Amino acid sequence: MSSSQSQPPTPDPDPEPQSPAASAAEGARAAIPFSLAAVLLGFSFGVLAEPLMGALAAIVMSAIVFAGAAQFAATAVLAAGGGAEAAVAAGVLLNLRFLPMGVAIAPWVRGGRLARGAQGQALVDASWAMAHRGEGRFDTDLLLGATAAQYPAWLGGTVAGVFSGGLVPDPAALGLDAIFPAFFLSLLAAELGNRRAIVVAALAGAIALALAPITPPGVPVIAASAAALIGLRRS
Amino acid sequence: MIAVWWTIGALALATAAIKAAGPVLLGGRELPAPTASVIALLAPALLAALVVAETFGHDGRLSVDPRAAGLAAAAMALALRAGVVTVIVVAAVATALTRAALL
Repeated sequence: MSSSQSQPPTPDPDPEPQSPAASAAEGARAAIPFSLAAVLLGFSFGVLAEPLMGALAAIVMSAIVFAGAAQFAATAVLAAGGGAEAAVAAGVLLNLRFLPMGVAIAPWVRGGRLARGAQGQALVDASWAMAHRGEGRFDTDLLLGATAAQYPAWLGGTVAGVFSGGLVPDPAALGLDAIFPAFFLSLLAAELGNRRAIVVAALAGAIALALAPITPPGVPVIAASAAALIGLRRS
Repeated sequence: MIAVWWTIGALALATAAIKAAGPVLLGGRELPAPTASVIALLAPALLAALVVAETFGHDGRLSVDPRAAGLAAAAMALALRAGVVTVIVVAAVATALTRAALL
């Protein structure tokens, strides 16, 4: 932090942090498009899961697991005749990406251990990316607000899908499986503000591409987070 | 059916533990500058990998299928400065149309 008296005062590029309520409201507003996506994805999860596990289990799963990719993966393993261990392993591998995301927000999470662990539960991809204020700073109130908007959307979408009675026989026919990558791409576009971020993104994409054919689903994404180690080099 | 409930319970507990780990173990602490610099780059790294995995990943192998057309359409929409909802809808429609055309 350097300030020169001879310079005219410049507007602070990082204005006074807004109140927690204002941050949470901003997060909820910013999460509206992702909440719409969550409704559609939750709907397709309900459609796919109901014949396999029944209405109640599908709804409970969305309520207490609340992780789209992991739920789809675990359900796919069960549908293919795999056991509970294999299904849990598939889901856990996909959710391990929340480990580096949790490390990233850790310095910004306030309160005692229990409170910090509870705030960690708000980690979902979209909220985490939105809560990133740049340069590794995170707004945890925005994270909470954004997730609070998406949770009912995901759960409500699942309930609607479960009781749709096969209204949508094949979510893939509607292209719903392209929603996730398109959504991550739009978040990524906003992150590519400097050359280093672009290099890291390219490297991470290459790692994920190289590992996808030879590792179980979930591993490529976790391994690709190692690309961020480029940050150890002085810029 | 028992396997379903075991899966749901175990996955819920494991996910909660994974999400809590960082904030509980490292929470509220100022991180050294090099670590903070790595953390700032986790977002582009994880997002790029998610794009690749969700577009070309298919049960542990690579496949180029209609999702790739959807992603290309999404990229074009982004280049035209479309909002997130538009980008998502464009991707879904492009994927659905490509899939229908290939049937």
